[in-house]
Amino acid sequence: MTVQLIAMQLFSGLALGAILIMVALGLSIIFGMLGIVNFAHGALFMVGAYAGLYVAGLTGSFWWALVLAPVLIGLFGMLIERFLIRPLYGRSPDDPLLLTFGLGYVLVEAVRILFGTDGIPFSTPAALRGVVNLGIGFFPLYRLFVIGVVLAVLLLLWLGLERTKFGLIVRAGSADPLIMRVLGVDISKLWLVVFGIGVGITALGGVLAAPMRNVSPEMGTLVLAEAFVVTVIGGMGSLAGAVIAGLIVGVAVSMTSLFAPEMATIVMFALMALILLVRPNGLYGRAAPGL
Amino acid sequence: MTKGIDKLVQRPISRRTALIGLVGTAGALSMPWIARAQAETIRIGFPTPLTGPFAAEANDQVRSAQLAVKLANDKGGIAGRKVELLVRDDKLNAGEAATRTLELIEKDKVHAVVGALSSAVQLAVNEVTRARNMIYVSISQSDTINEIKDFSPYTFHEALNPTMTTAVVARHSFQKGSKVAYLVADYAYGHEMLTGFKRAAEVIGAETVGEILHPFGAADYSTFIPTILSLNPDILCICNFGRDQANSIKQAVDFGVKDMMKIVVPVILHNQRLAVDPEVFEGVVGGANYYWGLEETVPSAKAFNDVFRAEYKGAIPTDYGAYGYTGVASLLMAIEKAGGTEPQKVIEAMEALKYDVAKGEQFYRKCDHQSVQSVLVLESKAKSDMKSDADLFKIVANEPASESILRSCSELGFKS
Repeated sequence: MTVQLIAMQLFSGLALGAILIMVALGLSIIFGMLGIVNFAHGALFMVGAYAGLYVAGLTGSFWWALVLAPVLIGLFGMLIERFLIRPLYGRSPDDPLLLTFGLGYVLVEAVRILFGTDGIPFSTPAALRGVVNLGIGFFPLYRLFVIGVVLAVLLLLWLGLERTKFGLIVRAGSADPLIMRVLGVDISKLWLVVFGIGVGITALGGVLAAPMRNVSPEMGTLVLAEAFVVTVIGGMGSLAGAVIAGLIVGVAVSMTSLFAPEMATIVMFALMALILLVRPNGLYGRAAPGL
Repeated sequence: MTKGIDKLVQRPISRRTALIGLVGTAGALSMPWIARAQAETIRIGFPTPLTGPFAAEANDQVRSAQLAVKLANDKGGIAGRKVELLVRDDKLNAGEAATRTLELIEKDKVHAVVGALSSAVQLAVNEVTRARNMIYVSISQSDTINEIKDFSPYTFHEALNPTMTTAVVARHSFQKGSKVAYLVADYAYGHEMLTGFKRAAEVIGAETVGEILHPFGAADYSTFIPTILSLNPDILCICNFGRDQANSIKQAVDFGVKDMMKIVVPVILHNQRLAVDPEVFEGVVGGANYYWGLEETVPSAKAFNDVFRAEYKGAIPTDYGAYGYTGVASLLMAIEKAGGTEPQKVIEAMEALKYDVAKGEQFYRKCDHQSVQSVLVLESKAKSDMKSDADLFKIVANEPASESILRSCSELGFKS
């Protein structure tokens, strides 16, 4: 076992971490701002991939898919918020949870009916094929591109939340919705937009994952579990937490792959259990609202 | 389905039916063999995972099995009796499969069971059929089912088993001195394939440089790849099934693995190849029980493809689909020879049967009831070499049926 191998393994872990952050981000935003545990997250991720496939098929371009699919599915997310979730605000937090849980099943079945149960090819865009020599080893260009997109999305989110008036209102709204209403802010519009953004980012994750994981109706199942692990370790609702947790989980999986590869999936859950023992609210979590 | 049967049972007997019955009985007295023949439809239970990750393969199995039944009925039935296939969704779950099989036996009164598409599910079905002395033709890869501890005299194994698959694939892809690294799904299928390949490698003189187990159903394989590259093998042998196959090969190819080594798989899956672009699988070598391209050399394959195309609007049968056909067809031939569904007679007929329904001659070995049959080695074609969308593979080898690639009866624990 050489230093080079360990270095390469570490890098693979960080790269995987970036993908996990992408996968978890939508779940984290929606929970952090709205307090909704979105169990349809995995299904929406999958629907995003299919939307990407559809747009790419129509336009012949991966780039259009990357832009349009998240917008379309984000709008679809707003419909879900407006007509399915909004009637449940103010009731038990279990209600949206059950609703999204069922919605996940409906979406998977709908995709099976529309696109069939078989997997469908999704090509890596020609411009992003091939490998790059990092000095310690070779790494696919596409995965480096995904890391770049994740960084860009994180930067935009951070700027949007911390540096704009909209972000200020969102943060205030998630801290105390009642006061915001008293101050005359239409909270329901705000939540509609936040939910749409969360779902849009989830769909973006699906489109980005499609050339790596192939597209099938069940592709979201494991994603839901991965996203929960990252979100729970980071602390429900904390963006910074999701980033740190994603990287930690990525490196943990990668290092386990080196020494005990058959444990590579289970290690995520073991890590989550361990962290919950030490820090019940996760690394960066505050006590969760409403839970 | 069960509703239909209730209806049959509860339907009041009309005068006309009674009259026909009377005439029939009168006739039966003079021609007893026909009366027995017309008495009862032959019912074959078919549990298979219609939903879930193996759905594509399962639906192909059903279509092929239904075709075998239809052909039998078209030529007037088997031993003068109509044949009916009762398909049930086992959801790729051993408990579900056992329950459905039990229902098929106790409630639907089937005469035989064919089906299941995963080693664990298949062994669960085998437990149920064994305990009830029910004929079972299993159509999914397993080595365990051949061994004496799981053996049932009523069970016949129509699918290839990992031992014979890997023996043939290794013969045509490993060389003396080849360095082989394995990436293996951490469950029965992967382990059995790995064992088979290592045994074959030893005979050939290939060297194992590493074994990496991956969790079943893993989504990301990137973290296994640095280790694989550091082992620097000539061959990467990926032993997994279904979507895992498409995902792991896709990601390995993204890392440029194929430029540095050859990728070999135990079974190269028609449907998984269709789930990715041709470039991804290009050059990958793997085994198969069936490929439609056999029609160029094997007359029975041509006949099978033709009836399949005629029945399903030009579609072609796939690898796992063909098991549904060969499994049901061989069973029906044995029932025909036995003159009925009496289990002991069917067993004797199955053991004596030589059949060629889709891929050349096959027979069930007496000791473990394994179907001795040809094994194909396929290589996935480059896009430029494909003459049509279905022209996926080149046939590298078609090893004829031979007991020499199986474990011996005594090795499996049977007394000779």
